[in-house]
Amino acid sequence: MRKVWVIMRKEWSEVFRNRLVLFTVVLLPAILTALPLAILIGMGDMGDIDALAASDMPEAFFQVCGDLAPGDCGTYFLVSQFLLMFMILPLAIPATIASYSIVGEKVTRTLEPLLATPVSTLELLVGKSAAAMAPAILVTWACFGVFMIGVRLLASPAVAAKITDPMWLLAIFIVGPLLSLAAVSVAVMVSSRTSEPRVAEQVSMLVMLPLMAVVIGQVAGVVLLNTELVLYLALGSLAADVGLVAFAISLFQRETILTRWK
Amino acid sequence: MIETRDLTRRFGDVLAVDRLTVTIERGEIFGLLGPNGAGKTTTIRMLAALIEPTSGEATVAGCRLGRDDPRLRSKVGFLTETPGLYDRLSAEANLAYFAELYDVEDVPGQVEHYLRWLGLWDRRHEPASSLSKGMRQKLAIARALLHEPSVVFLDEPTSSLDPEASRMVREFIGGLRREGRTIVLCTHNLDEADRLCDRVAVFRQRLLALDAPANLRRQLFGRTVVFHLKDPDPSIGRVVDPFPGVASTQLVDGRLLVTLEDPERDNPSLIRALVDAGAEIQFVGELRQTLEDVYFRLVGGDPNPAGSAEAPKEG
Repeated sequence: MRKVWVIMRKEWSEVFRNRLVLFTVVLLPAILTALPLAILIGMGDMGDIDALAASDMPEAFFQVCGDLAPGDCGTYFLVSQFLLMFMILPLAIPATIASYSIVGEKVTRTLEPLLATPVSTLELLVGKSAAAMAPAILVTWACFGVFMIGVRLLASPAVAAKITDPMWLLAIFIVGPLLSLAAVSVAVMVSSRTSEPRVAEQVSMLVMLPLMAVVIGQVAGVVLLNTELVLYLALGSLAADVGLVAFAISLFQRETILTRWK
Repeated sequence: MIETRDLTRRFGDVLAVDRLTVTIERGEIFGLLGPNGAGKTTTIRMLAALIEPTSGEATVAGCRLGRDDPRLRSKVGFLTETPGLYDRLSAEANLAYFAELYDVEDVPGQVEHYLRWLGLWDRRHEPASSLSKGMRQKLAIARALLHEPSVVFLDEPTSSLDPEASRMVREFIGGLRREGRTIVLCTHNLDEADRLCDRVAVFRQRLLALDAPANLRRQLFGRTVVFHLKDPDPSIGRVVDPFPGVASTQLVDGRLLVTLEDPERDNPSLIRALVDAGAEIQFVGELRQTLEDVYFRLVGGDPNPAGSAEAPKEG
């Protein structure tokens, strides 16, 4: 466990000196947090939220709103689009960090001296994965905290209460980390086949596609974001993680890294 | 300190190392010589418990390969062919990271010790990317020694270094021997191997020869005495041919090269015979075959087959 921590500390001290990584870790969450709050402020100025809700909101979303007033339901509809954005953060950040961290070791040829130490490949994999996941999860939670405070200040108490219901908490605190793990596992797999961190990063980002489909589906009114869907997302992510982690572990072996990772 | 028996490694159909059996003593500098693809790096990777042998066994620093590999790795130091440093981290942070992974007790103390020893203390805060090639190589060597390993594997330690840095690294390796560490040196630099190694193994998938460089030279080439003659008669070789200790004679550029079993014993009679035959001997020396000559004889592909005879190097 101590060595896992040693690896994590080194990863952070090295990877955060990379401007591209820093940009992803700092700027992306900042934008995704500021954007919904800016929209809420803008909506307050528009005033006619009832009309907006009636014209643009999918009919089925009223079921999700329950006993919210139509205006609040409209606000909640707009705010909830960003719930999925908060699930993209734990995917994008670790995919970037893990890609630079693992492919970076290949490029600088530090993997062999590292593998020559008594550290186990599992410690190495856990250390690198945790170093990529922890900032993503913490940043997501922090952004969600800021977002909650903003909603509390800018929207009605009923909407503020709605974003702390079990669906949101499940999405942020369970699905987010599960998606993070999936992104890291994919980054490990892709890293074994490329010598360019950006390629690994971009291919790893493909994990986002199903989530983007849900975002688009919800905006189009085809998919309804509710507790049941988030639960399915959690179960799907868990199942994917089991397979992806097992495959990543099978790839992340001393001999495989030294003889087959090119 | 290192013992291998029938150590073999295959990659699919490719035989990388074939039944290597060798014993390397404590405090010895042991050279592994061979062309690219001969299996040198595969051999040291197996001995450092980085990859598994297909068959055979080995004991390194008291640890049996495959039984307790993490302990084995903690007892050996491994210098890879390229230094492989974290360019964004400082020289000090690079070493501290590895010291922690090797469970070094006093990390700051040990890091300082090696940085000072290698003359890098003043540049400890600089990122590794700003260091020269020689300094990077020094840093990589320090990394391989931080945990005070009893066995050190060095893969091409002076490749791509300038002569000054190469010399520094060679002196450093000599210093390690004096500390009683066992060193396995993979190199293409035959002159370096000749100067540093107590014994060398010439290797091409399987062991072709194993001995001290001087013994290999003697075994393969015998000892050749060079007689510098003034205007020699082309048939002068016939004068010494009949002598019982003479293995061969050759006249090249006014120099008579005579390969002998025992020059100390035979030289006086040969000189006498040559003088009696009217030869004017200007001086006598011994032809020094190099490890490069040994290497090409064993491995094949001598770029200059008559090179030794045409341009003899005398010692």
